[in-house]
Amino acid sequence: MARAAALPIAIRQVTKTYGRVHALDHVDLDIRSGEFLTLLGPSGSGKTTLLMVLAGFTRPDHGSLLFGEEEVVRRPPHKRDVGMVFQNYALFPHMSVAGNVAFPLKLRGVPRADVGRRVEAALELVQLGGYGERRIDQLSGGQRQRVALARAIVFEPRILLMDEPLSALDKQLRERMQIELRRLHDRLGMTTVYVTHDQREALTMSDRIAVINGGGIMQLDQPQRLYEQPANRFVAEFIGESSFLPVERVPGGFAHAGRVLAIQSLPAAAGRHLLMIRPERLQLLGAGMGEGLNLFDGTVEEVVYQGDSILLQAVLASGARVAARAPATAGAMAAVPRAGEAVRLGLGPADTVILADA
Amino acid sequence: MGWLGRPATETQITHRARLWLYAVAVLVMAFLVLPTLIVIPMSFSASQYLEFPPREWSLRWYRSYLASPEWMQATATSLKAAFLTMLVATPLGTLAAYGLFASRIRFGRFAFALLVTPIIVPVILVGIGVFYAYVKLKLVNTLAGIVLAHSMLAVPIVLMIVTSALKSHDMSQEMVARSLGASRPRAFLLVTLPQIRFSVATSAVLAFLTSFDEVIVALFVSGGNNSTLTRSMFNALRDQIDPTIAAISTIMILVTSLLLALAQTVGQPRKRE
Repeated sequence: MARAAALPIAIRQVTKTYGRVHALDHVDLDIRSGEFLTLLGPSGSGKTTLLMVLAGFTRPDHGSLLFGEEEVVRRPPHKRDVGMVFQNYALFPHMSVAGNVAFPLKLRGVPRADVGRRVEAALELVQLGGYGERRIDQLSGGQRQRVALARAIVFEPRILLMDEPLSALDKQLRERMQIELRRLHDRLGMTTVYVTHDQREALTMSDRIAVINGGGIMQLDQPQRLYEQPANRFVAEFIGESSFLPVERVPGGFAHAGRVLAIQSLPAAAGRHLLMIRPERLQLLGAGMGEGLNLFDGTVEEVVYQGDSILLQAVLASGARVAARAPATAGAMAAVPRAGEAVRLGLGPADTVILADA
Repeated sequence: MGWLGRPATETQITHRARLWLYAVAVLVMAFLVLPTLIVIPMSFSASQYLEFPPREWSLRWYRSYLASPEWMQATATSLKAAFLTMLVATPLGTLAAYGLFASRIRFGRFAFALLVTPIIVPVILVGIGVFYAYVKLKLVNTLAGIVLAHSMLAVPIVLMIVTSALKSHDMSQEMVARSLGASRPRAFLLVTLPQIRFSVATSAVLAFLTSFDEVIVALFVSGGNNSTLTRSMFNALRDQIDPTIAAISTIMILVTSLLLALAQTVGQPRKRE
C-alpha cells in the first residue's frame, strides 16, 4: 500500500450536551496532517464522544469540524472516508477474513481484480498474509485486532480513528501491537486519532497527546513535555505517579517547609502552587551526599518490593508524604532503609516542578 | 436398569430421583397433544359420523374433501391469505423491530406496546372492530381484507422474534459498516440482516401460520368466495357433523407441524464447532 495523502483536522468550539452534562465543552483542537494524536482521559471524560464526532456518529450541538478545507460536521459517517477501529473489533462474523477486508472496497466499486490484490496487500501489512479464507471465529484476539485494522486501512483513508483498540488484549500482546501500530502509521502516513485511557500506551505511541477531562482539553503536548511539565495537578496525577508537596512563595522562587528550592524553570502564573515529585526522580542519599540537590529529610513508612523497582513511602519532617522509587539492583536493595528508619531524599533542580494548584 | 442410578445433572441428582419429573413432563405433553391427535384416527373412519375409535377404516373423507369444489376454493383462499400475510407482516415487523431497537426515540416503548396489542386484546374484539371498519371500507369478504387483518395479528409475532434476535446482535458492526462507507440501509442489508436471517425466516413461517390457523377474525371478515378453510370448517361443524372435517384437520395438523419443524430446524443457526 502506498502512503496516503494525509489530511489535517480542525475542531472548532465543538460542544455536545446530554441533558445537563457537558460531554464536550467548547473544544478547540488542531490535529496536524499525518500526526499520531492521542485523546487520553478517564472514562466519562468526553474522549470517546469527541472521536464519535470525528467519525460522524455524534452530531455536536454546535461547533465546526474541518477535514482539510472541508466542513464535515453535517456529513454522515459513510461519506467521511475515515477508517475506524472499534474497541470490540466488530468484525462481521458471517464473512471470511477476506470478506471483511474487502467490504469497504466493494462499497467503493473497486474492480474485482483489484479487490483481491488490495485485500492481500492489507493482510500482508498486518502480518496476516494467507489468512483470507479463515472464518472469524477461528482467529485469536490479536488476529481479530489485525483484521479490524486491515479493514480500516485497506481503502487508504486519509484519516484513521481508533477507539481503545488494544484494551481487550493481554499485556504482552498489547505492548507489541503498540509498537506495530506506530510503525504502520509511520509507513502509511495517515492522520491518526487514537483514544485510550492508558497513559503508558499514549506516551509510547503518540506524537502529541491531548489530555481530556470533563469535556475539555486539559493539556495538548508532546509525551515528554506532558510528563515533565504537566499543566496542572489533574494531568500530573493522570500521567505517571506523583507526590505533591505544599510550597510557599518566597522572593525569587518557592520554598517547602522553610527551605528555598532550587528550581530550573519557574512558573509564570500567580496563585497557589504545588511541588510535583515523580517517585523515580527522587534519589536515596547516604550521609554527606546531595550536593546541588533539593534535600528532603524524613522517616520511612513503608518499603514495597515491586520486582523491577522498590517503592518507598516516607513522611517528611514537614508532615508531607512522598513516594520514591529506586531501581531494584542488588546494591540498592542492600542500601534501602527499613520502615521506621530515617531517610534523606534528593531532587535535582531540573526535576523540581512547580505546578499551579488548579 | 443402570441409567437410573446415573447422575442426570452436574449436581449428581440421579435419573431415579428425577422419575417423578419425567412422569409429569409426559403427562403434560399428553394433555397438550392428545386432544389434537384424536382427530387423526377419526379421519380414517368409514362411518357417516365422527366416531372414536372408528369401527371401520377408509379414505373416503379425504376423497370427499379433495373432490369438493367448495373445500378446494376455501383451501386456496387460506393458502393465498397466509402467503400474502407472510409477505406483508415479515418485512413490516422486521423493520419495526429494527427501528424501535436501533433508535432511542422517547416513545419507542409505547410504540412497541401499541404494536403488540393485537395479540393481547381478545381476538373477538379485534374481529368485531375490524368488521365494522371493513363494512365502511367495503373490505368485508375480500382477500385484501383478510390479509390486512391477519397481518395485524402477525406483525406482533414478527416484531417480538426479530427484536429478541437483535438484542443478541452486536450493533457496533453496523457502525463499522457505516464508517467503512455503507449507508444505513446498506449496513442493515449487508451486515445485520444476514446475521438475523434465521429469526426472520422463523418469524415468516409463524406469520404464515398465524393466518393459516386463524378462525375468529376470519369468521367476521371472510365469506362467500373468499371463505377461509377455517371459516368453512366452522360452518360445516355447525351445520352437519361430517368426518370430512377430521380429514381436513388432519391435513392442517400435518401442514402446521411440518412448517413449525421447518422453523425449528431452519431457525437454528448452524452450531459452530
